[in-house]
Amino acid sequence: MSFKSAVITFPGSNCDRDAITYLRDLTNNDVLNIWHDETFIPSVDLIILPGGFSFGDYLRSGAMASKSNIIPEVIKHANSGKFLLGICNGFQILSEIGLLKGALIQNNKLKFLGKDCFVKKKHENKFNKLIKKDQVLQIPVAHNEGNFYCSNDDLNYLNDEELIAFEYCMGSFSNSDANINGSINNIAGITNEGKNVLGMMPHPERAYQNFHTSMDGKSIIESLIS
Amino acid sequence: MRIKILIRLKKQILEPQGKVIEQSLNNLGFEGLRNIRQGKLIELDLPENINQEEKDNIISSACKKLLVNEIIEEYEVLG
Repeated sequence: MSFKSAVITFPGSNCDRDAITYLRDLTNNDVLNIWHDETFIPSVDLIILPGGFSFGDYLRSGAMASKSNIIPEVIKHANSGKFLLGICNGFQILSEIGLLKGALIQNNKLKFLGKDCFVKKKHENKFNKLIKKDQVLQIPVAHNEGNFYCSNDDLNYLNDEELIAFEYCMGSFSNSDANINGSINNIAGITNEGKNVLGMMPHPERAYQNFHTSMDGKSIIESLIS
Repeated sequence: MRIKILIRLKKQILEPQGKVIEQSLNNLGFEGLRNIRQGKLIELDLPENINQEEKDNIISSACKKLLVNEIIEEYEVLG
């Protein structure tokens, strides 16, 4: 059975094309590209909300995109248990929709971060099942608002329900703190209760080809289709 | 009727821009200015001929649905 996927493009998305080639190459299948103003998504196994600066980050990152015409279809897809992945701005959009707990606020050191970072999986789900415990992945980040915040109650909930997919960690050439942006408990990615919706700040679609600095981003799609 | 909505990050959340503004003001010689926090102000015209209850409902609904992320922010209606 071939794995079907779609990428939503918002005005200001800039990683949509990368997300499409990432999915096309790793699923060996055509990928639908859907404009934010559409109101229908054909049945697919995975939807990616890509990175970028949707609607110029007006009001709050992801706030305007979370009210786009396509979003009710995205929510329907997620509620049916199918996979939904938000990368960077996509993670911010998922938080603003309310499909994921917490919010992404400005990096604690006020800097836009564009560099490779290191993450490992904390709790297992279908997005990271092929990644070994304590395996360190090198994946780029590129964000200004990646500082994950949530209430203590929500943090306990994320831990108790094992919803923390990825956390920042020390890597081979990191010489500063593992926690690059101030996120609570080094959180780099979380899932919803059903573990079929994942939001993550690092960009796996920028780490899968042999000319990238790492190919560790492959493991997420490989986990989903395995 | 024109109203103003003041939106700010909740007290427990780090507001790094305020910290930097504070440093700059201190460098300019404004000693003793402390705990600076930056927020945002939204101004809008409400429809004419609505009563207080309708006004309150519109504002609170607009804030909850879009203008404010209540996980990290709080708001106050000014005038």
